[in-house]
Amino acid sequence: MEAMVAIMIAVLVGTGVYLVLRARTFPVILGITLLSYGVNLFVFISGRLALDQAPIVGRGPATDPLPQALVLTAIVIGFAMTAFLVVLALRGQGETGTDHVDGDADEGGQR
Amino acid sequence: MNLAILVLLPFLGAALPPLAERLRAPRTALALSAALMPALALALLIGPAGQVFEGRTVQDALSWMPSLGLTLAFRLDGLALLFALLVLGIGLLVILYARYYLSANEKAGRFYAFLLLFMGAMLGVVTSDNLLLLVLFWELTSLSSFLLIGFWSHQSAARKGARMALTVTGMGGLALLAGVLLIGQVVGSYSLDQALASGDLIRASGLYPLILVLVLLGIFTKSAQFPFHFWLPHAMAAPTPVSAYLHSATMVKAGVFLLARFYPMLAGTDLWFDLVTLAGMATLLWGAAAALFQHDLKGLLAYSTISHLGLITLLFGLNTELAAVAAVFHIINHATFKASLFMAAGIIDHETGTRDMRRINGLWKYMPYTAVLAMVASAAMAGVPLLNGFLSKEMFFAETLQSSRLGAMSWVLPLGATLGGVFSVAYSARFIHDVFFNGEPVNLPKFPPHEPPRYMKVPVEILVALCVAVGVLPAITVSGLLAVAGSATLGGELPEYHLSIWHGFNVPLLMSVVALVGGVAVYSLRRWLFAQYDRLPAINANLIFEGRVQALARAATALGNTLRNGSLQSYAAWLLALVALVLLVHLSPAAIDGTRGLLPLDGVALLAGAMLVVAALITAVLHRHRVTAIMSVSVVGLVVSLTFVRLSAPDLALTQLSVEVVTVLLLMLAMYFLPVRTRMESGALRVSRDLLLSVVIGGGVGLMAFAMMTSDFQTISGYFLDNAKPGGGGTNVVNVILVDFRGFDTFGEITVLGIAAMGIYALLRDLDLLSARSDSVGRPWARDAHPLVLVTISRPLLPLALLISVYIFLRGHNLPGGGFIAGLITSVALLLQYVASGVEWVHRRMPGDYHPVVAVGLLLAGVTGLGSWFFGHPFLTSTFDHVHWPLVGEFELASAMLFDTGVFLTVVGATLLMLANLGKLSLLDDKKGGA
Repeated sequence: MEAMVAIMIAVLVGTGVYLVLRARTFPVILGITLLSYGVNLFVFISGRLALDQAPIVGRGPATDPLPQALVLTAIVIGFAMTAFLVVLALRGQGETGTDHVDGDADEGGQR
Repeated sequence: MNLAILVLLPFLGAALPPLAERLRAPRTALALSAALMPALALALLIGPAGQVFEGRTVQDALSWMPSLGLTLAFRLDGLALLFALLVLGIGLLVILYARYYLSANEKAGRFYAFLLLFMGAMLGVVTSDNLLLLVLFWELTSLSSFLLIGFWSHQSAARKGARMALTVTGMGGLALLAGVLLIGQVVGSYSLDQALASGDLIRASGLYPLILVLVLLGIFTKSAQFPFHFWLPHAMAAPTPVSAYLHSATMVKAGVFLLARFYPMLAGTDLWFDLVTLAGMATLLWGAAAALFQHDLKGLLAYSTISHLGLITLLFGLNTELAAVAAVFHIINHATFKASLFMAAGIIDHETGTRDMRRINGLWKYMPYTAVLAMVASAAMAGVPLLNGFLSKEMFFAETLQSSRLGAMSWVLPLGATLGGVFSVAYSARFIHDVFFNGEPVNLPKFPPHEPPRYMKVPVEILVALCVAVGVLPAITVSGLLAVAGSATLGGELPEYHLSIWHGFNVPLLMSVVALVGGVAVYSLRRWLFAQYDRLPAINANLIFEGRVQALARAATALGNTLRNGSLQSYAAWLLALVALVLLVHLSPAAIDGTRGLLPLDGVALLAGAMLVVAALITAVLHRHRVTAIMSVSVVGLVVSLTFVRLSAPDLALTQLSVEVVTVLLLMLAMYFLPVRTRMESGALRVSRDLLLSVVIGGGVGLMAFAMMTSDFQTISGYFLDNAKPGGGGTNVVNVILVDFRGFDTFGEITVLGIAAMGIYALLRDLDLLSARSDSVGRPWARDAHPLVLVTISRPLLPLALLISVYIFLRGHNLPGGGFIAGLITSVALLLQYVASGVEWVHRRMPGDYHPVVAVGLLLAGVTGLGSWFFGHPFLTSTFDHVHWPLVGEFELASAMLFDTGVFLTVVGATLLMLANLGKLSLLDDKKGGA
């Protein structure tokens, strides 16, 4: 199980990084989304993996609740950040007329 | 007596003159406002001065940043007292002088403010009892002198001179800081007191050579020692009061002050002798010789200052106690005669309109009184008997004869000293003869010159009177101050010495005679010497310096342009490349070999994992097929929530699931407005580079995750698990952490959420976007914007969803749920109505203004937190109780629930503010399209 979760994190971070490095805003937004999944999972597993140990008092053994609390807010804030990024991209498009992340697609040729 | 107040006074005083100027005070009142605080400080100095003369050291400390070893500690001993008197006394004279020097249309208020800033900084340097504080004030003197030298900022020479002075002394200051930090390392404290007592420790330390070189770099740059002397002549672009103050008595003396201050710490070694004596001798000779060839009156004085600073440095380098006392003595004498000479030069400049000695001649006829003053001061500079310069120069000559460090070459020192003396007499003779005699003035801008205003001469008179008084009656005038300053410098007993005019016929007297006769002889050969000098290639330090500075700036610009090319894409690549590098360097295979037992892998989990991997890869590869990409991203999100379910995190699963819905909505909206086609942008090279980066980073993070999961750990969550029920009144520990234990964090997080929503709202205002009218292959969008099936199903769904949301909210304290999740579910339910029926339909039925919701939510959370203050608890302490409701039965009511309501409202408000506003854009677009 541990190896599989690690592979999941690796793939999420890897694809996220690849997409973040694209030149147009839409794939960058997708990349950020994937990257946040990976990072959230990574923070979450710092409490180690546990099956059937929800951190609820009185229900037997409980896993570490602290990373869960951290990740819960991180998910919500991550959404807010993605939304902000989307709107920033739209605004950029409105101001510069292009969806290139540098705001200027033609300068410097291939990017 | 509080020494900190003493140091603070000039800084406070710096505010007065600009204030007086604003009130249109006359010039005299302006000068008085500047003089007020220094005068007060001088009066306050009397008390501690008495204690110092009794042989005590006055100390005073305020704690500032104890964790850094930085304290506002001040310390007044003999040496500090001497310098404090120079700084305040000559400072007051300079203020008086500047009253007449500055013309009516100059910004005198600003000038005095800078001067007082400098004065405070200098007082700080000399009285600091903490090494770091000393460096701080040291840098302040560099900064304030920059402002003073560049006071006439309309002149290019002033700007360049100021910049050069700041660059050279500032770099020296950095070296000094490094040296001081090392001293702190060796001594274990930044207290000057302790450092002074630890001289043997420092000298024995292996770091000693490094410390010495660093500290000396600071000293030599500040005191214009060869080869860093070149900035001082260019600093002569400053107004003359500044030169009289900074470049004779104070700022350049800060360097030699530090030589004296650190003498017990660093002196006494052969390395000290070699470095300090060599630099001092080179500076003495170079400065003295160059001074003779200057045609600019202030240029002559500047080089003469360099040479005298060299003399003082040389004396400290000799490593004998008597030499150190002589150095302190010469510091006093040089300050008095050089300040008066600068003031006299300023008067001459003021009255004739030029400083060129080839044009200023024969002024004796026009301003005999000033001439007498200047001549006495020059004679003191030359070392003529019955004046103060003679006494210290005799001591200097005597000390050079004593040194035996150079062995058979020991004769070099007295020879160099005599040669320096010869040139010193020669340029002093030039100052007297060329300016006041030597025929008639040539083509002066102002003619005829006359005596300056009465009070402009007063400061010069006072200083010249001091020169004579010390020269004639050293025993009653200066010996007390010299004794305390000398013993403070040595950090112990004073050696035997006699301040007297007549020591009998001896070698030093012979050297003095040789210097006087030789100097006059050299001066009489001046025409021939000047002709020789003119044949030498001219070296303009300013040109060289500016050239180097510009070359440096060009190199920096080139480097900056390479790295900072305006492309966010390449910044992101640099940043990620750095991450990859860190991962490659720090991830060792050994760390991955964990000890923790592994969980078994079952088929369902394997399938889900495989789905995630495939979906993520599809997203990356097919990101140009936008609908496909969004769908695959949502698959990824769903698998992530399933992972949370499987791995005992029900709260996270619920959150992730509802966030997933809003994210997909968000992406759809983004897709609607962004260009239909994502152009092929990257070449093969760039794609392979990005692939490499993502493989390294992804693989590295994955390995790190695996290493972490397989190693044992200690959690701090035991407390939360134990206290959730008794302390927080809830069994869902995650929720109790959010609303109770770490409530303040949550409060911060929902605030961020609110801010993001506001930011989005602001960004969307007046945004003019044209959306595409068709998809990528040219098919128009479906006409059916609000399909009937969706509308029909969504409407009854709303009350059901809201009910679930209330349920999730209420149970959140004990079972998975809570404000965040309930808020997201409510948002999703409302957004569904937007999607199904359109913005206009929704806004006809409910207010579309979500700012107040965010505000009320934040307010509620904040007020709940404040509420606990009324019960005497810290911010956001929660309380709970069980109440019995009819029909419902036993029910728990916690103040945390109120807080959670705030969270709920903020989440709903923020999410809808973001998405509804984004959706409204399309409304605008439709109208435009329809019109």
